[in-house]
Amino acid sequence: MADNRMSMRTPLSRVQGLGASGHGVEHWWLQRLTAIANIPLIIAFVLIVAALAGSSYDEAIALISHPLIAIILALAVLSVCLHMRLGMQVIIEDYVHDTGPRLAALIANNFYAAVVAIACLYAILKVSLGRILV
Amino acid sequence: MAQFQLPKNSRYTEGKSWPKPANSNHVQEFRIYRWNPDDGAKPKIDTYYVDRDDCGPMVLDALIWIKNNVDPTLTFRRSCREGICGSCAMNIMGENTLACTLGIDDCKADSVKIYPLPHTPVLKDLVPDLTTFFAQHASIEPWLKTETPQPEKEWRQTPEERSKLDGLYECILCACCSTSCPSYWWNGERFLGPAALLQAYRWLIDSRDEGTGERLDNLHDPFRLYRCHTIMNCANTCPKGLNPAKAIAEIKKMMVARTI
Repeated sequence: MADNRMSMRTPLSRVQGLGASGHGVEHWWLQRLTAIANIPLIIAFVLIVAALAGSSYDEAIALISHPLIAIILALAVLSVCLHMRLGMQVIIEDYVHDTGPRLAALIANNFYAAVVAIACLYAILKVSLGRILV
Repeated sequence: MAQFQLPKNSRYTEGKSWPKPANSNHVQEFRIYRWNPDDGAKPKIDTYYVDRDDCGPMVLDALIWIKNNVDPTLTFRRSCREGICGSCAMNIMGENTLACTLGIDDCKADSVKIYPLPHTPVLKDLVPDLTTFFAQHASIEPWLKTETPQPEKEWRQTPEERSKLDGLYECILCACCSTSCPSYWWNGERFLGPAALLQAYRWLIDSRDEGTGERLDNLHDPFRLYRCHTIMNCANTCPKGLNPAKAIAEIKKMMVARTI
């Protein structure tokens, strides 16, 4: 906590700071929404991975090419990546206080989630649509 | 980064061991945090021995006994000695509580350890600077806000509406909860903390208040409200048995309720 003897601003002025940002409820709501979505999607993801165990390359391609499987995998990637980005943002806001590192971490967090999501989606689409497009 | 260790000049060292009371066979040891802003020395932990046969049952009684009989420089806040003023909040045996309502026997310790409230700037010994804490309470505007012309008598409320204030109005602003909250430790300037948010909910849920939307607007912020991660230290430590975490959860529900 700040030492009150280091500034001549009134305590109330310091506490009010820049005012309420008017944000937060969307973040909170979306984090809960993706948490709920993650439950069935991750169970499905684990079952799909388990089903793939020991199968050959062609069998794996065939399973992931199935529209239902591909859609479940894509949904899982979107939900998990969004949830990851929201959660990591809160952790950064909690613990990283210096402006520079804080901005860098928040930017990196957004980029990382976007890259992971797009790379996974690209892989799912390539595997599942590969046969049609080639 | 969040500070996980005290600055070097705030880390305490071993202090003085004060003499044991003579002719007593019922002695309790106390290890108490001492820091004097005037002597330039680091904080230290002094050891005191209290004659239990000559002293009241509560930890506050022991502190007063020490101040009267051993060391008049020991500094702490106290007033009502019955858990209603919130002055004697301190960290006893690792838990924030009121020294006046905690029995020495209930500490169940060979040596009772007493520190100021965690993560607060210390003014002297067990006296923390709560300026920011009280400013946060002021910032939630803890008074009835109305636009309807004042009724001739009181603002009326049904018994059911009144019962919603139970578990909220009892808060004495002792700061035990806020200073036990890790989120408040790391972001104490921007997060309002459990005490101020419980007070905010006390006015949000008051059926007579007409400033509900304005109050929610004032809390709608990733830091002011949403730094609460339901760690629950607040509810665990509250010496009045209140549940600030639940009040905060209710505020979050109100936030969602007005968007969906």
